[in-house]
Amino acid sequence: MPETKELNSPADASVERWERETLEPVIKKRPERRQRFETVSLDEVNRLYTPADVEAVDFERDTSFPGEFPYTRGIHPTGYRGKLWTMRQFAGFGTPEETNARFKYLLEHGQTGLSVAYDLPTLMGYDADSPLSEGEVGKCGVAVSSLADMEVLFDGIPLEEVTVSQTINAPASVLLAMYLVVAEKQGADFRKISGTLQNDILKEYIAQKEWIYPIRPAMKLVVDTFEFCTRHVPKYNPISVSGYHIREAGATALQELAFTLRDGVEYVQWGVDAGLDVDEFVPRISFFFNAHNDFFEEIAKYRAARRIWSRVMRERFNAKSERTLQLRFHTQTAGVSLTVQQPLNNIVRVAIQALAGVLGGTQSLHTDAYDEALALPTDRAALIALRTQQIIAEETGVANTVDPLGGSYFIEALTKKMEDGALDYFEKIDALGGMVEAIEKGFPQREIQESAYQYQKAVERGDQTIVGVNKYSMEEEQGAVPILVINEEVRDRQVERLERAKSQRDSGAVSNALEKLKRAAAAGDNTMPATIEAVRAYATLGEICDALRDVYGLYEEPAF
Amino acid sequence: MDQSRKIRVLVAKPGLDGHDRGAKVIARALRDAGMEVIYTGLRQTPEMIAAAALQEDVDAVGVSILSGAHNTLCPRIVELLRERGMDDCLVIVGGIIPQEDIPRLKEQGVSAVFLPGTSTEEIVKFLRENVGQRA
Repeated sequence: MPETKELNSPADASVERWERETLEPVIKKRPERRQRFETVSLDEVNRLYTPADVEAVDFERDTSFPGEFPYTRGIHPTGYRGKLWTMRQFAGFGTPEETNARFKYLLEHGQTGLSVAYDLPTLMGYDADSPLSEGEVGKCGVAVSSLADMEVLFDGIPLEEVTVSQTINAPASVLLAMYLVVAEKQGADFRKISGTLQNDILKEYIAQKEWIYPIRPAMKLVVDTFEFCTRHVPKYNPISVSGYHIREAGATALQELAFTLRDGVEYVQWGVDAGLDVDEFVPRISFFFNAHNDFFEEIAKYRAARRIWSRVMRERFNAKSERTLQLRFHTQTAGVSLTVQQPLNNIVRVAIQALAGVLGGTQSLHTDAYDEALALPTDRAALIALRTQQIIAEETGVANTVDPLGGSYFIEALTKKMEDGALDYFEKIDALGGMVEAIEKGFPQREIQESAYQYQKAVERGDQTIVGVNKYSMEEEQGAVPILVINEEVRDRQVERLERAKSQRDSGAVSNALEKLKRAAAAGDNTMPATIEAVRAYATLGEICDALRDVYGLYEEPAF
Repeated sequence: MDQSRKIRVLVAKPGLDGHDRGAKVIARALRDAGMEVIYTGLRQTPEMIAAAALQEDVDAVGVSILSGAHNTLCPRIVELLRERGMDDCLVIVGGIIPQEDIPRLKEQGVSAVFLPGTSTEEIVKFLRENVGQRA
């Protein structure tokens, strides 16, 4: 039964008294700075939060203890007192050699996990020598066209020991296969490998738009990886359900939360429909959220995420295992909040955003570098970003106690508001037939576009301040910040390695493996074994994706 | 230029990148400012963009690039427009473009480069002041 707040409860009465006796005389003399105060999501924030705002929040039921249902206060009873979050900086540019050197640099300076950024041709399933790859090879990330590149990328990095996160979606199953084959060549035991594959195709259709196949076969590929990893790579997270890109595309904090968790529900449903046991595969589903500028809104979002997930897993899927109920997530500071103007200010923004992620109980964190609105980060900028996390972890004291903001009237009220708002979105999406159908109808896409436009308008009206952009701007020296330049020769070097790999492989084995993959895809069998076989034979990423393109076709985005 | 004719703009997303937040916000802002806007959709080659510009008879092409591929894609788009006789068609670029690359892009025929933080009003103003001024 929904809670209805009683009118004139004692808490309300005391607020009314304060407003009348203390607030009103002051406001009459000195009005507030603005009529309406709002978050970066343009959501209104009240002047004051009191016990009256948290009457609908029950401590035992809604807030509870860390490590206990509904996990609002975190999944670990000791918070960060046991283990700090993993400092996992996303890196990748140019050739595999260059990225391998950056990885080693970050590990030497105390980073505790790796995260690979691939270039656009790789993300789209094209080889470096494809005409479509012109101008893009090694630009936004590292270029990988075949196992030969992957071997160089992880040279000297023991995959049984270092956890690696890979940001790859449409061709994720292929990159997973490459990763596993490299690990196998290092002598690693699949059962000991941990790490994360982003593999979240739904948010590609919703927000980031790096897709290849139509939605349903693409979802089938995701389920194939769930099934394969559950059986053979049990410590690996085959998916990181991502709100990050949804937010970057313009969503509000609430939309990020709602669409991401509803995507998560969709993946679980597809896994269950494929015959997987919820308590076997869901514990390895991880999440990925944005950390934007509005400090408290972000913290409430993370807390609400854990609460919603645990309840939905229990109520909708009858999950039993604690691990299934516990939402684990990675956080990255908001790339979209970084400014070209006065770029050093970004260091401050990132620090505050990162702090929100930590106070929200993130399991791992990427802090953006201050120069990322200009180009990919230089070594120096990447190092400051890492140092920012180390300062938060080891100097500020925020990791000394669990969920330090729990019990704040504001945070608890905001957490509840986030939860309610997300569940409203769930209802709308369920009414459309689920997330796949909602995406096909353009629902989340339109919601996000509208928010992005409203935010831009708010910035242009000056309702939202961006320091150095629409306020406190100044003439700046051009090129004051050195930036990373990607050598145009990267493509030549990558094409060379690709040609060498092709000339040394057994082409009969390649075409057999690709035929086998096509047959598996057409028959609806799990595609992972055939993909691994093709990768072992040095079939290229482009060849493998082409085989699947032949079977599945291509996604065409409808006009919204 | 005939004042009764609305300014026509092709908003284009060349290259493999799918980040279309900027392109869509700009398209809507230009429309709200009374211009006719055609959005190409994602992953258009320079050839497709030039063909669409010609077919739609636009006054300007707004190109959104965040992937670092601007030095390859922009000069190609300008060149193809000129080959098709669209000498007056402005090419403006927005996205993640290092300052160092801007002078060269302008030499290659790009009329303006708008970096992150630019207001949509500034872009509207630029188009109003510059469309039809080249001839």
